[in-house]
Amino acid sequence: MMRGLGGIIYKEFIQITRNPATLVITLLIPIIQLIIFGYAIDTEVRNVRTQVLDLDNTPQSREFLNRFRATGLYDIRGYVASASELESAIVSGQASVGIQIPSGYGRELSGKRPAEILVLIDGSNNTIASQTMSTAQTLGIRMSIEQLSGSSPERSLLIDVRPRFLFNPALRSANFFVPGLVGVILFLVTMLLTSFAIVSEKELGTMEQLAVSPVSRGGLMLGKILPYLLLGMIQMNVVLFFAQFIFKVEIAGSLPLLELLALVFVFSSLGLGLIISTIAKTQLQAMLMSFMILLPSILLSGFIFPRESMPLPIYWISALLPVTYFVEILRGVILRSAGMEALWDEALILTCMGLLLLAIATVRFRKTVG
Amino acid sequence: MARTADGPAISAAALTMRFGSFTAVQDVSFDVSPGEIFGFLGPNGSGKSTVIRMLCGLLRPSEGSGHILGMDSSREAESVKRSIGYMSQKFSLYPDLTVHENLSFYGRIYGLGRRLHERMDAVVKQLHLAPYVQRRAGALSGGWKQRLALACALLHEPRVMFLDEPTAGIDPVARRELWDFLYELAGRGVTLFVTTHYMDEAERCNRLGYIYLSRMLLLGTPDELKADPRVTPDSARWYEAGLDGVEPPLEKLGKQEGISDVTVFGNTLHLLADSRVSQPQLTELAGGLEFREGAPTLEDVFVRLTRLAEQQRRQP
Repeated sequence: MMRGLGGIIYKEFIQITRNPATLVITLLIPIIQLIIFGYAIDTEVRNVRTQVLDLDNTPQSREFLNRFRATGLYDIRGYVASASELESAIVSGQASVGIQIPSGYGRELSGKRPAEILVLIDGSNNTIASQTMSTAQTLGIRMSIEQLSGSSPERSLLIDVRPRFLFNPALRSANFFVPGLVGVILFLVTMLLTSFAIVSEKELGTMEQLAVSPVSRGGLMLGKILPYLLLGMIQMNVVLFFAQFIFKVEIAGSLPLLELLALVFVFSSLGLGLIISTIAKTQLQAMLMSFMILLPSILLSGFIFPRESMPLPIYWISALLPVTYFVEILRGVILRSAGMEALWDEALILTCMGLLLLAIATVRFRKTVG
Repeated sequence: MARTADGPAISAAALTMRFGSFTAVQDVSFDVSPGEIFGFLGPNGSGKSTVIRMLCGLLRPSEGSGHILGMDSSREAESVKRSIGYMSQKFSLYPDLTVHENLSFYGRIYGLGRRLHERMDAVVKQLHLAPYVQRRAGALSGGWKQRLALACALLHEPRVMFLDEPTAGIDPVARRELWDFLYELAGRGVTLFVTTHYMDEAERCNRLGYIYLSRMLLLGTPDELKADPRVTPDSARWYEAGLDGVEPPLEKLGKQEGISDVTVFGNTLHLLADSRVSQPQLTELAGGLEFREGAPTLEDVFVRLTRLAEQQRRQP
């Protein structure tokens, strides 16, 4: 049943250590990705470039601008002299926000009509636009209440909403991205490397040689899986180590549980890799097919964008991706210290997916290997 | 290993393979005795590889059966695979592994166990691979790659060897050495099944089979094939003449009624003439060349029979 397994494993390990591409894929790419996703992707919005047209120029208008500045969201870079200048600053990209204070603002503050402030927002970046908009509105409401009550605003509020963050209290993006990244990297490497496993033998012509040898299909398939399984697990631990070392993302939950669930997850990505390997005719094709699965896995798995806000068809597609469940497990264990009792449904789905994909791979394998 | 000690080493009985509506191999039968070198010839796409794949247990024949050392190729594929060696035209070793590692890998695949090192030393010695043991297989020249492939195929001491165009693209010296080695193997009782496109290699085989358009056209020793009546029709004779630098009037000869198969082999003009053309007429036509009676070459045999088969196919 498993004849030739030892021989295949022996050979795969020599090839893994000897092929520079394999080493780059397993070690360099994860670290580069970790740095890119860990540092560059930051959903917190700060220091938005802001231009001001202050036609009022009174102590009240300057006070208003100071309150804007104090949020840390608006970085007031300069002042313009006219409305058209303000607009062209946004069109040219010099500023993302333009604040226009009409003359008479200070006077109307104590009058009967509301004092109007115009806030121009560049809507092309929706994250920046929605943050700057809601902050500006909140600021307006707060200052109105202060003005009306004439005292500290908290006493006068009828409803006081006080949020308290249970996990990730500093709201660091790294805490959100890095656990998911561990999953995406593990998926990328194990799927990509196994997808090359059979294709490369086909390209070399060695598949024919193996076919006439007494190697069994089971031995060949397992021999192609086990080395990459081990490689994937080593790599996940390297990435976890860097995540703690560079990004200070501590693992709150149980590491053995994480390793166990990672093992379950890796079977489905190895299964996908093998399926690709039996379909593709060249390594290039295998790589392109891998990326066809990889792209939705990165974008739709909840790794970057929350799944809850996806349109229903996309949500269902994301439910078909193994990475979706593993990202959920990773965040659960690493950030929320979740145990098996909280993650059993994800673990069950992953187990089923892994078994199904390996079964399909076995059938496909039988056809190509003959 | 062989279940029947004195039966044929390789036996094909009415092998037929259909892929959908296409018949790749039609009713092919032959036997190869132990220790024989059997040459399997035929144009590309004629069904050669399919026959080999059926005999090696990779393809289940649509009809008929193949036997290796008495074992059924499809029903006892595992035992068959363990007793055959296979070496293909394409260099099918791992270029990023050293000679030693390639051998070690194939030894493990065949489950040599404790005998691995003993067998590795033996094939390295047999094929004089010792100076290259630590070299990457990809860095070897064509001839040495073939030697390594042969060494890998011989590790498990197969009684039957399939060699698919083993000398394609290697230099004449390496080719000669390889054939010397094949004779040595045959002398030790190993049965060799060799495919080739080279006529001089075909001449070296004990027996030949020629497959064309999925059917076995010819089967026999090289001499038997040359004596086949279809190759030399009644009343026709093969002639040859030394050229000694004379330019022969090939076109004129080729157009002449009763003359066919005009070819030049190096310094010799070779042709087939029937009773309508006498020897003195030939000399006259060829501008004074002296003709003597010759024999058909293997190339003549294959070319003539391929043409005959082609004609029969067109006018059923």
